Amino acid sequence: MREMISFILMGIGVAFNLLGCIGLIRLPDLYNRLQASTKCVTLGTIFIMVGVLVYSGWNAIGIKALLTLVFILITAPTAAHALARGAHKSGVKLWKKSVCDKYEEEKK
Amino acid sequence: MIVTIFVYIYILLLACFLCLYRIGRGPTAPDRTVAIDILGILVVGFCGFLSVLTGRDFYMNVAISWALLSFIGTLALAKYLEGKGFDE
Amino acid sequence: MKRFTLFLALFIIWLLLVYNRPYDTVAFKQNLFIGFIVSLFIGIYLGDLIPERVYKFYSPVRIFNFLIYLPVFFWYVILANLDVAYRVLHPRLPIRPGIVKVKTKIKSDTGRVALANSITLTPGTLSVDMVGDTIFVHWIYVRSEDVEEATKIIVKRFERYLMKIFD
Repeated sequence: MREMISFILMGIGVAFNLLGCIGLIRLPDLYNRLQASTKCVTLGTIFIMVGVLVYSGWNAIGIKALLTLVFILITAPTAAHALARGAHKSGVKLWKKSVCDKYEEEKK
Repeated sequence: MIVTIFVYIYILLLACFLCLYRIGRGPTAPDRTVAIDILGILVVGFCGFLSVLTGRDFYMNVAISWALLSFIGTLALAKYLEGKGFDE
Repeated sequence: MKRFTLFLALFIIWLLLVYNRPYDTVAFKQNLFIGFIVSLFIGIYLGDLIPERVYKFYSPVRIFNFLIYLPVFFWYVILANLDVAYRVLHPRLPIRPGIVKVKTKIKSDTGRVALANSITLTPGTLSVDMVGDTIFVHWIYVRSEDVEEATKIIVKRFERYLMKIFD
């Protein structure tokens, strides 16, 4: 029973990871790709780690999975934020059908 | 039931190949950096699967260090992209 | 107080890292000793670098509010992922991206960082930069370019929880 639950959790996680990478291929510009892939891959890896925790129980593997989960939850949005800021400052333009860019107006 | 984990690992490999496609193809340097960041998080999931498969706990040590080092590497690349150098 | 807090956090993380089932082995005692020494040294040496006033971490009301905030946050994260899945798998890509400006009322720095990270992980938004109390948000489907409207849609759903935790 516990095995089944953990396999279902890992399956959800892997499906979200694959969706994030499809988003990385399909979406048109850097910021949209960053949105889709960061959200999906973070949640996918969190689901995989919860699956590992449920599978192995409260031993060394499970506790390290819990720690990895917390680290990923804190670091992934920060890395995405830094990348978006760096890309905008290095002059990557938004997609040509974008609606508005308040940040560009602010910088001038 | 161990077959399920192999299926999951192959699906993750497919996701990694999609990331590699973006790294090779990406028109600008920031696009490649995004793909590298995502690839780093995918490898953490790999380490979790390997740990379940073999029952050893040192793969999780690899996962933790990989998560933190990939974060620091991404920050350094983002700083470099910003064009200000590292001394801010 | 700051030094003690840093020491405590480092030592707890170290204890979780070296957790292993038989406790009375020599290796476990060595791990415990080394971890105690190193985290004591780092805590005394680098404790002043914590920017926040540290008594907030020990307040039970704030911890209770944080525990209330967690399920709300995870609910929005799961909604965000379903939203992304819909947009990625739709054959005509229903996106209308743009960068908008929102304002926040949270005063403390840690609270603002938590708000920016929450915005990044929730439906359709990614925080790009923060100047003072202004956050620039990349929005995958822009519903309103006005500052007030965008603030009402993006920030308000977290602000009242985070203000109780960090302010």
